[in-house]
Amino acid sequence: MTNPADAATGPGGGYLDSASAEPLHPAARDTLLAALDQGYADPRRLHRPGRNARLLLDNARAVLADALGVRPDEVTFTSSGTEAVHRGLLGLHRARARVSDRIVHSAVEHSAVLHAAAWAPGETVSAPVDALGRVLVDELVAASEGAAVVALQAANHEVGTLQPVGDVAERLPGVPLFVDACAAAGRVGLPTGWSAAAASAHKWGGPAGVGVLLVRKGARWTSPFPRDDRVDDRASGFENVPAALAAAAALQAVVAERDETAARQAALVDRVRAAVLEIPDTDVVGDPVDRLPHLVTFSFLYVDGEALVHALGRHGFGVASGSACTASTLEPSHVLAAMGALTHGNVRLSLARDTSPEEVERFLAVLPGAVAEIRADVGL
Amino acid sequence: MTPAVELDCRELPCPRPIIELGRHLADVGVGELLAVVAHDPAARHDVPAWCRMRGQEYVGEDTADDGAPRFVVRRLS
Repeated sequence: MTNPADAATGPGGGYLDSASAEPLHPAARDTLLAALDQGYADPRRLHRPGRNARLLLDNARAVLADALGVRPDEVTFTSSGTEAVHRGLLGLHRARARVSDRIVHSAVEHSAVLHAAAWAPGETVSAPVDALGRVLVDELVAASEGAAVVALQAANHEVGTLQPVGDVAERLPGVPLFVDACAAAGRVGLPTGWSAAAASAHKWGGPAGVGVLLVRKGARWTSPFPRDDRVDDRASGFENVPAALAAAAALQAVVAERDETAARQAALVDRVRAAVLEIPDTDVVGDPVDRLPHLVTFSFLYVDGEALVHALGRHGFGVASGSACTASTLEPSHVLAAMGALTHGNVRLSLARDTSPEEVERFLAVLPGAVAEIRADVGL
Repeated sequence: MTPAVELDCRELPCPRPIIELGRHLADVGVGELLAVVAHDPAARHDVPAWCRMRGQEYVGEDTADDGAPRFVVRRLS
């Protein structure tokens, strides 16, 4: 996914890439500024500044746990969503080393999951998905009997399709389940049945550099990396206390507003899907109903994805693309490929919490022309 | 498989092989085979997706004489 630098940000500014990073929530900004002066000390120390930092960190943990519906002692702050994914998946894997070393994952997991699985010793098995991007449960379950760990995302980060995490957990009672909830956290409730899960604060309007690792009480988890001597023995390194508190404040605010935000965004996404389908030779990708409320993905035949991202950028819109020509690897999106979706000419649009209907209409007014212009350039 | 027409898209980046496919479908008759030879990794996914979207039949992948990946399409309409 790439993000053009020329798109304006802020209300009405055409920023349509909240799935990469949601603009900082006002609640996070206020909390962050206040906590910067209070939360600088090492939370392990017994002096007063240390106790202040410890109080703030414990408060962040409690607020975040409440917003996610988990226990405070199940929450660990990490330095990113990627680190939370790595520690969550690999920690479950390590703890099962005597049973199995096999990791089974859906074909559409985030690259953080795929890279962690490839790094771990042992076999990895990828389970296929249907045309909507939803994992085929029978195939996943069949590959997972006796496995060390199964990884299944809560919702797909590129196409928004929700995954049947609860069903999979019920059918695999003895196998630990790792859930990458980075795309879903704050947008929809957490699924049930996981042993460990990961989330990322900048995707819900918290600051970047704060990931959240959840390990279920009683789940077997062994650190896959060198241990550290923090208050929380699943953490590594000095916690960013002000940012953790800001992340928690943002999530609390986002969850409080969620029903209203999700209904508004889902209606706008429905509007986008219907309008984009009017453009000829378009593949609108992902589940139209059981999906994240804020994001929608489509691909245009014969269109260079990078050219389209830049054309939309010139109109003031910032969108992401999963097309190969926009990726440093020159490989197409493994998510779109696994679904059998068109991989070129791809745009992922994701609404920020303050994206207005007028902004969406303005986008829909310029999109058909931008697509037609690029197609005309190649004579199609 | 012996396609009636083989398009040399070996050196073309994504999405040019699919553009060539769109341009040259009419070069073969209905029922005949048209092949795209491409090293672009997106072609493996996008030729079948093109067939689905354009109502043509994706026959499968084999290799051209020089071993390059070749994607074969049957024109249905």
